[in-house]
Amino acid sequence: MSDTAPPIDCDAFQPRIVAFFCNWCTYTASDLAGVSRMQYAANTRVIRVMCSGRIDPQFVVTALRQGADGVLIGGCHPGDCHYQEGNYKCLRRYELLKRYLGQMGVEPQRIRLEWISASEGDRLRDVVNEMVTDLRQLGPLKLTPLPQPDEEELELTV
Amino acid sequence: MSKPKVGFYWCASCGGCEEAVVDLAEDILKVVELVDIVFWPCAMDFKRDDLEAMDDNEMAVCFVNGAIRSSEQREMALLCRQKAGLIVAFGSCAHTGGIPGLANLYPRKDIVQTVYGDGQFSTVNPEGTLPQPKTAHPEGTTELPLLEGSVKTLDQVVPVDYYLPGCSPPTKLIVDAVMAIVEGDLPPRGSVLAPDIALCHDCPRVDSKPEESVVTEIKRPQEILIDPEKCFLAQGLICMGPATRCGCDHACINGNMPCSGCLGPTSRTTDHGAAAMSATASLLESNEASEIAAQMESIPDPVGTFYRYSVPSSRLFCSVGVGDNGDE
Repeated sequence: MSDTAPPIDCDAFQPRIVAFFCNWCTYTASDLAGVSRMQYAANTRVIRVMCSGRIDPQFVVTALRQGADGVLIGGCHPGDCHYQEGNYKCLRRYELLKRYLGQMGVEPQRIRLEWISASEGDRLRDVVNEMVTDLRQLGPLKLTPLPQPDEEELELTV
Repeated sequence: MSKPKVGFYWCASCGGCEEAVVDLAEDILKVVELVDIVFWPCAMDFKRDDLEAMDDNEMAVCFVNGAIRSSEQREMALLCRQKAGLIVAFGSCAHTGGIPGLANLYPRKDIVQTVYGDGQFSTVNPEGTLPQPKTAHPEGTTELPLLEGSVKTLDQVVPVDYYLPGCSPPTKLIVDAVMAIVEGDLPPRGSVLAPDIALCHDCPRVDSKPEESVVTEIKRPQEILIDPEKCFLAQGLICMGPATRCGCDHACINGNMPCSGCLGPTSRTTDHGAAAMSATASLLESNEASEIAAQMESIPDPVGTFYRYSVPSSRLFCSVGVGDNGDE
């Protein structure tokens, strides 16, 4: 596991990662990484949720549609959920969502679930760095744009 | 006052929606009393010329069923839009993409190869003849519509005023919609003309719907003897009820089959299949990653199960690499 940020290279592809972190563990870990002044890739856009069990697969597909190249989900370790079993619900949804995304041709590395406790700032750093490296290799996620009625075409008929 | 003029048209669909209109049975007399049907190529002898000869907005409303897959369907959808004051997307295919929408999992060239390739299914085509947009022969030139690179919902091609959901739309919803149009008692433009609550809400089996994670094994309907009283989810069967709009009078549930989601999502859902996956997955009892993965593996076709009618209206729209640009 790499403990340093990928070298800063302005020409390299900068993947956009939407990160859903649970309030009690992974979000606190990212705080810890910050106050500990750990250096890591700045490619995540973090969205704090109260529990990883709150993360609906709709959030993930919406993030991908709106331009994310990958989605990282962080929750408490099994058995440590602040709400007893929210992280298990997240795990069940994640396993099913992965199968769906596989069928749609989205590479498995683009969605990642990690258990990161509040004390594991270094682990958070490593996971983000790894994911950035993986996504750099894959390149941007190229979804077909959603079709919309073509104004010009509508004009032509009239 | 003259009766409002009404048209019906079909694009990429099976004809079930036309059947639904015929299934109005004696109710169709009510409809015919109120409106003039001026365009319905499937049932009566109307041609494209008849539509072209109409004035703009001459039809009060045109019900268009089917998804958009070919250049011909696109042209006709645009023409219907021009000649009708209101366009109603009629049925699942026009509303959310429907069964034809599942073709968005494959590039066009693979589909053409599967359908016309020699030795595929029962096709005998040793010369590899493929449909061509223009074919010259002694009598002249024959033109065929082009297959577009992806399947689209009606509202991805022309602006749609209202949606009548269902595969096919339930009789009651059709009659209510026609009455609402005739009486001018319509909800805001863009509405789906069906109740905006989930199927579970008034499901006769809702009392046995599990609140906790209770499912130990995901099953398929043919694998078990289905209890006719108990919630399908509690029996380990995948039911789209929690994520799907009601208004169908529980036709499938009363036939002892779980909901497959044809009425589409409620207005609060951005992605029908993802919402259904969320509801289904959280019901599993297991907390073990390997066990959970094995259970999910037992669902043979997640797209066909959770997105059966909604691939083109889903957030992803189609598989990566499929689309209108550059797949051949």
